[in-house]
Formats: sequence, C-alpha cells, structure tokens
Amino acid sequence: MIEMDKSTKRETIVKRIAKEFEDGYYVNLGVGMPSLVANYLPEGVNILLHGENGMLGMGEHVPVEEGEEFNCVDAGGAPVKVIPGGAFFDSCTAFAMARGGHLDCTVLGALEVDQEGNLANWWIPGVRMPGMGGAMDLVVGAKRVIVAMEHTAKGGAVKILKKCGLPLTAVGCVDTIVTELGFFKVSPEGLVIEEINPNVTVEEVQAVTEAELIVPEGGPKPMF
Amino acid sequence: MNKVISKKEAISHVKNGMSLMVGGFNTSGDPNELVEALRTKTDVKNLTLINIDAGVEGSPLTTMLAERRFKKVIGSFFGANKEIQKQADGGMVEYELVPQGTFAERIRAAGAGLGGVLTPTGVGTVVEEGKQKLEIDGKEYLLEKPLRGDVAFIRAEIADEAGNLVMVGNARNTNTVMAMAADYVVAQAKKIVKVGEIDPQDVTVAGIFVDAVVWAGEEI
Repeated sequence: MIEMDKSTKRETIVKRIAKEFEDGYYVNLGVGMPSLVANYLPEGVNILLHGENGMLGMGEHVPVEEGEEFNCVDAGGAPVKVIPGGAFFDSCTAFAMARGGHLDCTVLGALEVDQEGNLANWWIPGVRMPGMGGAMDLVVGAKRVIVAMEHTAKGGAVKILKKCGLPLTAVGCVDTIVTELGFFKVSPEGLVIEEINPNVTVEEVQAVTEAELIVPEGGPKPMF
Repeated sequence: MNKVISKKEAISHVKNGMSLMVGGFNTSGDPNELVEALRTKTDVKNLTLINIDAGVEGSPLTTMLAERRFKKVIGSFFGANKEIQKQADGGMVEYELVPQGTFAERIRAAGAGLGGVLTPTGVGTVVEEGKQKLEIDGKEYLLEKPLRGDVAFIRAEIADEAGNLVMVGNARNTNTVMAMAADYVVAQAKKIVKVGEIDPQDVTVAGIFVDAVVWAGEEI
C-alpha cells in the first residue's frame, strides 16, 4: 500500500468532506482535523460554523493579548471573530441547535467507529478522564454525522471495527466515515465503501479495516 | 430596591458543605473576581462545585480546586484542566460527568420548576447507568433530574441596581441558566448602572432571578 505522510492524509480527508457541504449549511466542526474542513470549501459555498459554547458564525482566530478578557471564543477557548450574520446565545440554545436537529452536519474525530454507526470518541479507560463535553449531544441530533479520521491508529491498529470496544459516545449515530483511504457510508446492510483513494485497492483497504466492507455494484468511485 | 452589595457580604453566603454553581466555560464568562474573593477571604471547604470544566488552568477556580476545597465536582469537560483530571483519577475528589447539553438543561429544569428533562443524549452509553429510561413515541430517552445549587456565582458585563443583567458574546453560556437555579444568586458585573439605564430590550437575564450584584472591580 502507498505511504502517505500525516499532512497528505489530513488534506485528503478534509478536502473530501468539504465537498459534502452546501451553501447555507449550519455546521459544527470538532477541534483538530475536523476544523480544517472550513479551509477547503468549494467556490460559492458559505457555511455558518456553530460553536457549542454559544455562537453561530465563528470566524477566524485572533491573536491573544496578555490579560485580555474573552467574550468571543471557539469551543476550545481560543479567541475568534464572529462573521456578519452570526449570533450569540447561551448553552441551552447552543445544545437545542445540536440535539434538536437544526445543524445540517457535525464533523468530528473518532477513536473507534463500527459498521453499525456506533461511535467511541471521548474516553480510553485507564487514561486520564477527559469528560464527554458536548460530543454526545452533538452526535445525537445533527442531521448528518461525519467522522473524519486517519484510517488506522498509531502503530497501525484498526479503528473501523465490527463492534466498538471503547465506551460509546452514542449508538448508531454515524452516517459517513472519511479517511485517507476512502469514503464510507453506514447503511442498514453494513458499511459501504462508496469511494476509494485511487492509489489503493479495495483489498488493501479491507486489510486495514475490521468491519466487512460492502462494495457497490461497479466498484467504489474514485475519491478524488 | 438596590441589590448591590460588597464582595465580602456576597461570599459570606457560601458555607461549608454547600453546593456552589459557577458560570462560565473555558476562557469565557467566568466570574473570576467572585471566586477569587471566596478563595482568598474565606476558608469554606467541602463544597460541591457545579461548573462545566472546573476552570481553566491558572484561574481562581482551579487554584481553589488545588487547595482541595471541593469534595465533589459536577461538570462536563475536564480535558483542558490537569488539576481536576489528577484529582478525579486519583480518587481525591468525587465527580459526576454530565454531557454538556444535559448539564445546561438539568440546571434550567431546576430553575424552571420542572421535575427533570428527557433527553436522547447518553442512551446506550455509560451515562445511562442508574437512570430511568422512557420510551416516548417509539424513541428512548433518559430521565435527567434537575440540578440545583445553594449559591450561584455568575458573570455579566453590565448590571443595574435591580439585578437586570446584560451579558455579551458567548460569555452567556451557563450564566443565564444558573441565574435561575440557586437559592442565592450573585452576579458580578464590570459596570453597575442605575435602574432605567439598561434598555429593557437589552436585558439578558431579568433581575427577578438575581439576589445580589457585586462590582467585579471592587478591591477587598
């Protein structure tokens, strides 16, 4: 199988996810790789980013001045701008948007995901307790949940499983998984490899995937 | 009616063993000056802290946590705070982790006189352990009970003497609901004005919920 460095993997993943967004979408992007999707939006597609800490229309980050008080930050606490058309609200409203099905899409990372769409992304028992934060609410309500992750963990451990072993974030919540190797849809029949990185074969992808991949008629389309 | 009091008087309402709600999340909306007054001018301890993240590193709340003055923390996200992680993992503090949206709704339920909320969040996860599950129109929900404090410390940008509050940006977060959900609610404000100076259209939290107002800049 071809070797890809980390930044190529990430770029492949976030560029593909960006194509899923339509103009006017309300989207929550998780910290880290998911947040990079906003940099690759197709021409003419404008989205409003949701921050579960209480804003829509999250804009670019601004430098931190010493002793500054923050009234406009991303969900990780870093100061940001709000774009024209944005809005501020409290935590109840922020999570009403998430849980109530008002967000078009949420993109987040995963420790494990399985062929039934179960997601584990918040806690590895034995490692420091981080708390689930807003993840559980975000994934139960968004119209679409996209997992953005490298196909395997450090050291090559599989992450796309038949059944998650780690504590779950939510049951059956994932719609789509995008990795550097392909674009996968969770269906009632199982996990479908709809698109594939043209530099690899289905067999190669299956070899690093525990879930049984369903290959659509005519084979998966090229991912880019 | 003038609800403006000194920090000293405000913090005297917090007694050993009480549950203390503190608004804010991350770097935004934290009533740091009230917490710092409580930390430095009293020796209250055995408190139950109700706050999303137990403060950010270097904040008065985290310092107070490091002083072991909380016996229990009810929160949602500990991932950015090494002190709470150390205490939670080391069995040094009791803790309860609540999904963040559920955290806000449980507090709102307490303040709104509701017996709890039904949420799909947490179904099929460790969060459902020990909770009643109800099926409503074919979908499963967890019954999450109200969450109340004895005292709440919240933060506003501007307050008037009647306790009407203006909050800005995403510093609102849990400050709005905590205003409803404690027996004694203290709001710190950067600026305090006379009644009538805040346009009623601009009020974020109505004075009915607020028992006392302190000036954040007061030296004690």
